[in-house]
Amino acid sequence: MSTTTLPAPVHKMPREDYLNATYGLRSWLLTTDHKRIALLYLGSVTVFFFIGGLFATMIRIHLLTPNGFLVTPETYNKLFTMHGVAMIFFFLIPSIPAVLGNFLIPLMIGAKDLAFPKLNLLSWYIYLVGGCFVLYSFGTGGLDTGWTFYTPLSSVYSNSAVTPAVIGIFINGFSSILTGLNFIVTIHTMRAPGMTWFRLPLFVWAHYATSLVMVLGTPVIAITLLLVGLERMFHLGFFNPALGGDPILFQHLFWFYSHPAVYIMILPSMGVISEIIPTFARKPIFGYSFIAGSSIAIAVIGFLVWAHHMFVTGESTYAALTFSFLSYLVAIPSAVKVFNWTSTLYQGSISWDTPMIYAFGFIGLFLIGGLTGLFLACLGLDIHIHDTYFVVAHFHYIMVGGAVMGYVGGLHFWWPKITGKLYPEVLARIAAVTLFVGFNLTFFPQFMLGYMGMPRRYHTYPPEFQVLNVLSTAGASILALGYLLPMLYLTWSMRYGRVAGPNPWPATGLEWKTASPPPTENFDVTPEVDWEPYDFRNRPDLGLAASGPLPAPAHGDD
Amino acid sequence: MQSQVPLYPEQASNFAPHVDNLMLFITLICLFFAVAVTVAIIIFFFKYHRKKPDDVGVPIHGNMILEAAWMIVPLILAMAMFGWGAVVYVDYRRAPQDTLDIYVIGKQWMWKAQQPNGLKEINELHVPVGKDVRLILASEDVIHDFYVPAFRVKMDVVPGHYNTMWFRPTKAGRYHFFCSQYCGTNHAIMGGWVTVMEPSEYAAWLSGTSGSGGNPVVAGEKLFTEKACATCHVGAGVGRAPSLNGVYGAKVLLADGSTVIADEAYIRESILQPNAKIVAGYQPVMPTFQGQVTEEQILALTAYIKSLQSQPVPEKGSGVAPATEKK
Repeated sequence: MSTTTLPAPVHKMPREDYLNATYGLRSWLLTTDHKRIALLYLGSVTVFFFIGGLFATMIRIHLLTPNGFLVTPETYNKLFTMHGVAMIFFFLIPSIPAVLGNFLIPLMIGAKDLAFPKLNLLSWYIYLVGGCFVLYSFGTGGLDTGWTFYTPLSSVYSNSAVTPAVIGIFINGFSSILTGLNFIVTIHTMRAPGMTWFRLPLFVWAHYATSLVMVLGTPVIAITLLLVGLERMFHLGFFNPALGGDPILFQHLFWFYSHPAVYIMILPSMGVISEIIPTFARKPIFGYSFIAGSSIAIAVIGFLVWAHHMFVTGESTYAALTFSFLSYLVAIPSAVKVFNWTSTLYQGSISWDTPMIYAFGFIGLFLIGGLTGLFLACLGLDIHIHDTYFVVAHFHYIMVGGAVMGYVGGLHFWWPKITGKLYPEVLARIAAVTLFVGFNLTFFPQFMLGYMGMPRRYHTYPPEFQVLNVLSTAGASILALGYLLPMLYLTWSMRYGRVAGPNPWPATGLEWKTASPPPTENFDVTPEVDWEPYDFRNRPDLGLAASGPLPAPAHGDD
Repeated sequence: MQSQVPLYPEQASNFAPHVDNLMLFITLICLFFAVAVTVAIIIFFFKYHRKKPDDVGVPIHGNMILEAAWMIVPLILAMAMFGWGAVVYVDYRRAPQDTLDIYVIGKQWMWKAQQPNGLKEINELHVPVGKDVRLILASEDVIHDFYVPAFRVKMDVVPGHYNTMWFRPTKAGRYHFFCSQYCGTNHAIMGGWVTVMEPSEYAAWLSGTSGSGGNPVVAGEKLFTEKACATCHVGAGVGRAPSLNGVYGAKVLLADGSTVIADEAYIRESILQPNAKIVAGYQPVMPTFQGQVTEEQILALTAYIKSLQSQPVPEKGSGVAPATEKK
């Protein structure tokens, strides 16, 4: 490890790292380095984020007036459908796992790469092929089924380009499955000496749980959408009642994956927050094993709640009672995480650096998103608020407020590691606060709209809903600014940012023991781990005041 | 438009107060936790702000009692929410005996309702106050959802299934209903109004004698709105159907190039068999009103359309043949 703390190299001979080891397009497109593949993903998910964001912008502008003035009803329906498909399948699901997870998991556990580097590259190409099919669908007639593809609208009645879209999502599913598989095998078999399961960073635990969901859930959505394609092309009666099918069957199959998919989006983000908070509070995380265990609990129970999307489809009362009960159970591990994060702050040494601002933002937004889930899980209340803007607000708080805040916060936290450069701190804090304010202004009014009874997916609405819609659109413009700012200064910093050094914060994880950016092999010498996670006291290498042996603290949770 | 933003829609059914109380209950619990966590974070944020760059925090690894407490207490509260919600839901899913049954059919993109005596309505639903009403829901194509915010109830309308929903209106008035399951292009305009009437008015309305007041023009004008004619036959000629201003007695140009004089017989035929003669430039989209209007009502409607004779004919969007054209 001594090599990793070398002083800054001389300028004439830049140290070789994964970015400058080889040059040329070919060296990137054929790379098997998990760090380069992570950057390939970073580029491609950003493209889809822009596409989805553009659709969202048009939606919000259209809804400024009750009759909508921007687009026709057909176009509006395509906009929200394509917004959902681009954001969920091609941005949110791959974002943290395929970018940050890909980059960090081998570094965090002291491995040279993932277990299957070629498979990792293949995952990216599969993602691209799937993405091309979906973009083809967007470009040739668009898609107007809603991202949920409810039958028989999607399989019979829609006149839009459903078939290429479902093929694209089907293909993209394999990318997700292979990434999950790669992570599971890597975490099981490639941990450095001394990196026991309970010394793993919580980010790795979160990705382990996420990978389970990816591997077990994704095949179901892939097959389901294939059935939609088959019914559409060859009139095989799976879901169309006219052909003897059952449209409700589709919803069961769809949500069996798509509810756990929400946990694919939020669990990695929780993992990011579990890294940021102890680092910037400079103390061990409170209740390590409870946070780790709650990730697994969320992944497991998350598979048993799908029919809470179907309380008003006419499903049996007993089914509804069961799924409502299980949905309340899944709230408990999420609550455990929030309480443990908050307790970690107690008696900490808290810095106000940008990643920490994002972590606070995450907790605030996830809190609202999670708590409003309790409203929707409530059977009696769901009769009223199901399929209204209340639901739209709720899942945006989880999937944008939660998942995206975690993603952007994580990008900031590990940016010095990824690029070797620091971003402009003041600008970054301003952007983080802008995002938080813009997000709340955009989506909080939608809770009220929903309770007032405005259904979702409406291109036109009664005039009494206008005030709240205008507020929401105003917030969205602030939110957009909050997203554009980091894109600009992060890109700027790649060239002009100050040199970061191996461990600028400092943080305790193994990824910070190597150079920034890391060399292609990650570590010059295979590291050995002889410290507990998030331990700042017994780490003289961090150069902090209180370093040195201390009376062993009580492990309350062991 | 209201100047202030109200927090909840009008309460007009037996379920509305229950749902609102449930909402209040869960909101208060959630608010407690949200405020507690937020206040704790804000206090810690300032109180433990790093003083010196190389400071570290106090190592606290956890506390079993706290962990147990914040699993058990939220679990108990969650079970309370579950239980109360379940009571309201079970009540909603189990309709009482002896309901007033109305059939409701959803199709892209309109609602048809049929009252117990066979009277049909489109994008309208009339129900009496204080009576248990059960809707039997069917779909002709895709999944729809019948949603009345003022009643706090909705139910999906699924092709190949019969779903039912029930409610007891508690307050007379007119309330929005919406389609709340995305169903394609015109999902957003697939809605209408529920009219909650006093039982006596409802009975009169059912027998088709309400509101006439002896003046057929006034009765016809009311029907013209109630039967949703006015949504397409817009006076200014901007609807999906031609304006009826000045049409009575005039020549109407048809899709096949022929013309017809708009007399009583033509109007009656157009109401009962709308596809028999299509006005040039329009699609055959009007549903038949056969069985939905009594003869008396047709007379009233005709009287009203006659009364529009004096209204200005819009330049576009009228079926009236141009005066210069000779046939």
